[in-house]
Amino acid sequence: MSTLAVLPVIVPLAAGAISVALWKSLRAQRVIAVVATLLLVVVSLMLVREVSANGIVVMHMGGWPAPLGITFVVDLFGSMMALLASIIGAATALYSLKGIDRRRQSFLYFPLLHVLLMGVCGAFLTGDIFNLYVWFEVLLMSSFVLLALGNERAQLEGAIKYVTLNLMSSALFLTAIGILYGTFGTLDMADLSRRLAATDDRGVVTTLSMLFLVAFGIKSALFPLFFWLPASYHTPPFAVSGIFAGLLTKVGIYAIIRVFTLLFPIDQDFTRPLMLFLAAMTMLSGVLGAVSQQGFRRVLSFLIVSGIGFILLGLALGTRLALAGAVFYIVHDIIVKANLFFTAGLVERIRGTSALGETGLVSVYARAPMVTILFFVAAMSLAGIPPLSGFFAKLTLIRAGLEVEQWAVIGVALVASILTLYATTRIWSEAFWKGPERTQDEPEEIEAAPKTMVLPVAALALLTILIGLFAGPMFALADRAAGQLMDKQGYARAVLGEPGAAPAPKATGHGASGDGDSGHGAAGHEESP
Amino acid sequence: MNSIILQTATRFLMPLILVFSVVMMLQGHNKPGGGFVGGLLAAAAFALHALAFNPAETRASIRFDLRSIIATGLLCALSAGVLSLAQGMPLFTGLWMDVAVPGVGHVHLGTPMLFDLGVYLVVLGITLLMVISLVED
Repeated sequence: MSTLAVLPVIVPLAAGAISVALWKSLRAQRVIAVVATLLLVVVSLMLVREVSANGIVVMHMGGWPAPLGITFVVDLFGSMMALLASIIGAATALYSLKGIDRRRQSFLYFPLLHVLLMGVCGAFLTGDIFNLYVWFEVLLMSSFVLLALGNERAQLEGAIKYVTLNLMSSALFLTAIGILYGTFGTLDMADLSRRLAATDDRGVVTTLSMLFLVAFGIKSALFPLFFWLPASYHTPPFAVSGIFAGLLTKVGIYAIIRVFTLLFPIDQDFTRPLMLFLAAMTMLSGVLGAVSQQGFRRVLSFLIVSGIGFILLGLALGTRLALAGAVFYIVHDIIVKANLFFTAGLVERIRGTSALGETGLVSVYARAPMVTILFFVAAMSLAGIPPLSGFFAKLTLIRAGLEVEQWAVIGVALVASILTLYATTRIWSEAFWKGPERTQDEPEEIEAAPKTMVLPVAALALLTILIGLFAGPMFALADRAAGQLMDKQGYARAVLGEPGAAPAPKATGHGASGDGDSGHGAAGHEESP
Repeated sequence: MNSIILQTATRFLMPLILVFSVVMMLQGHNKPGGGFVGGLLAAAAFALHALAFNPAETRASIRFDLRSIIATGLLCALSAGVLSLAQGMPLFTGLWMDVAVPGVGHVHLGTPMLFDLGVYLVVLGITLLMVISLVED
């Protein structure tokens, strides 16, 4: 069933096209948004089951075989990411029905949401490095518009920082791809992994790997390139910042994990210490930023940065357990971060502001106990309190760190966890706990938060609890995904077949020649069908 | 802008550019060109019109809403890919057929052309949407 591999891209594309066609009717667009994202969840779930049962699913676009054409390669990690993207997509669609005002909705908000989801899913499923770049652009273009939609002053300011940094990152990414293609004459990631493994020229490989690390580092908000994120994520409507918080930086860290497991080695004397340092600094600077901020969403934005540090830590440690921890952490982080941003939206509805430290406002707890409980679940999960998902994610990472005796970075991770707890409890006491039951100049009738906004928050909180309760099976899945990620040959075999069976000149020779000239020659040669 | 030179030149140039844009789109399968370049050219033709006359007139002269053009393009491109899926082949496998057109002979039609047409319409629609709203401001 290789058709299944492209459906997570086709479904949002079709939904987007149809909702643009129905631009006159907002009601139709809303219905399509909810139905299509739910369909996307079903499709991605089927894909995960298929990959889990039968191994890597490969589809060669247009029937062109692997190193020549564009290939979709879906392994367990990729399909899990697509499933998470579609879950967050569905939650966002539902939340947006009431959470996004009419004016924004009528400016093609829903089609943009579908295109964003298409880009995210495409990035998770593709097996071609240039195609990955294209999906990045697709999701960035729609995110630019979503971020600026509404034309508020703060939004435009945030959007300018976001756009500038992301364009720089794209330029770096493209440069790296250009050098990669010039040197190795292929863009297919499976083919690249074989050639990079065969080459002797470590200098080129390390240079390329650093270019990719910087490019993706900007996109995933790694230290010291994360400053665009807290500067922009608190500006758009809550539904938009929710889906951004859940998915966009994760696409960046997904790409880092993909290229550093499949293409580039993490060598002991340079890359690994660098990555461990970056992971530690990202965790620490993120959480310190969170502690010092005064707005609900600003605190959360810095916590996104901190979370990315944990995921990078899993990759940098390099063992299978650590990688499984990273996969587990991503799953947990996507759900919880999106959920917290959605909750921030509910709090603003109830209190009239999402700033912290304002006095004289009602306490959310008195007004909406349900919302308070939902926030509590997500916040405690983020801080890593058992039995919620965050606890098991962090536990796995820390155990993996202890196994390889990286004491310093584990110490940083623990400190970051405690400070995360502090940051979330501060939100808790400022926004939910403090304040009178009602203020004097307030009408008797209290407007409850719309059900369509509470439902996605509740569903995501339930997921966090379920992942915590079924941590065993979830860990087994993450472990299998990590095993697949570490098996470079398995990936290459699934796409290209056995090394001997591939067209002879590709498997041998060439790898040793690092200079650009012969690379170009080989490239030209292969492009002619 | 109200320049009689530009307006007169536009009247001559616009049909030329539009025809050329279609030529570019059609030859794109084998030669330089394609839906993207064609769409940009067509958008350039209308942008020229918007500069020479006024954007409201340009909007009226297109007759269709730009959003509908984008949607049509997206659906064309999508169906070009999905047609092959429906026949059990990988996405975007080219399907071709010969159509006998009286007086012309056999015409070779295929899904890549449909895809190019889709790209043409999407690029035309989106570029114009941006250009016209900029000119209107």
